[in-house]
Amino acid sequence: MLQTLGLLLGCQLLGEITVRGFSLSIPGPVLGLALLVMLLRTIPTLAERLRPTITIILANLSFLFVPAGVGVIGNLAVLSQDGIALLVILTLSTVLSMLAAVGTFIGVRHLTERWTA
Amino acid sequence: MTDVASLWSYLATTPLIWLTTTILAYLVADGVAQRFGNPPWANPVLMSVLLIAPMLWLTQTEYATYFEGAQFIHFLLGPATVALALPLWDNRDTIKTSVAPILLALIAGSLVAAGSAILLARAFGLQMEVLLSLAPKSTTAPVALGISEAIGGIPALTAVLVILTGIIGAVTVTPVMNMLRITDWRARGFAVGVAAHGIGTARAFQVNPVAGAYAGIAMALNALLTSLIVPLLVRWLV
Repeated sequence: MLQTLGLLLGCQLLGEITVRGFSLSIPGPVLGLALLVMLLRTIPTLAERLRPTITIILANLSFLFVPAGVGVIGNLAVLSQDGIALLVILTLSTVLSMLAAVGTFIGVRHLTERWTA
Repeated sequence: MTDVASLWSYLATTPLIWLTTTILAYLVADGVAQRFGNPPWANPVLMSVLLIAPMLWLTQTEYATYFEGAQFIHFLLGPATVALALPLWDNRDTIKTSVAPILLALIAGSLVAAGSAILLARAFGLQMEVLLSLAPKSTTAPVALGISEAIGGIPALTAVLVILTGIIGAVTVTPVMNMLRITDWRARGFAVGVAAHGIGTARAFQVNPVAGAYAGIAMALNALLTSLIVPLLVRWLV
């Protein structure tokens, strides 16, 4: 467990250093994710050693968003008089975005499968 | 024996009480969700927040005080994001064969997420600052805050809108996809990752491991794309 945590934090740290060093507009952890994928390509046996701890982390991913969620309640005043309009917009826009992504994914998958078949 | 007031004044100064409260609230929320088979309406993030918020209110605790305890949990979002490398690695073979659907669905989902938010905000006649705070709402919080600041939005408002978007995506994805009879877990997961970042990804992992892996890819790629397209869309649509 400690080795896995150390490796995850190490990748994040390298990611943060690179992002800051080159003033990139991506988050350090996202670059850390890419680093870990490259590491797994180099050392495929690493996957099974990381799996027990990572499985626990990802099974409890929702838990990690609770502090930020509580922050929303304390800060609802920023929505001011636009609260209802913003909720309607967020719901419509989120569903539209999911529809666009899922429709494109399935449409393009059908096209490429026909192309290669 | 010390009285309750002095015990409270001691507890209130340590991170222990709110850290414990957050864990217990989540265990209760997740227990309820699992008891009902993880239905979309029983979102564990939302339920935990609804359990903790009244306690903060009753004890007159400031969010900053709460966060002194909760920061230890919040901090783990970083390594958890890195951890998404493993499901991505596990699914590398199917990912290699779906590069075109992934990239095009990313562009479509990301454009519609930001574009529809801007157009709807205009239709509702919202103020410019609010519109600009809304535009990056579908991407992960640190990226969204950076974009909001750069284009003239209000980062504090964006922070709230990002979390609300995540919860809305996590609650709506299952009924929407079921209604459309979409059975491809890759497509379902990818869609919620693009539209509703990490909270959507957490929901995807709750439902199906392949959906979770694709949601993670979508979230990571959208963190890259949103910072490119939101400033452009703002220029065209505002």
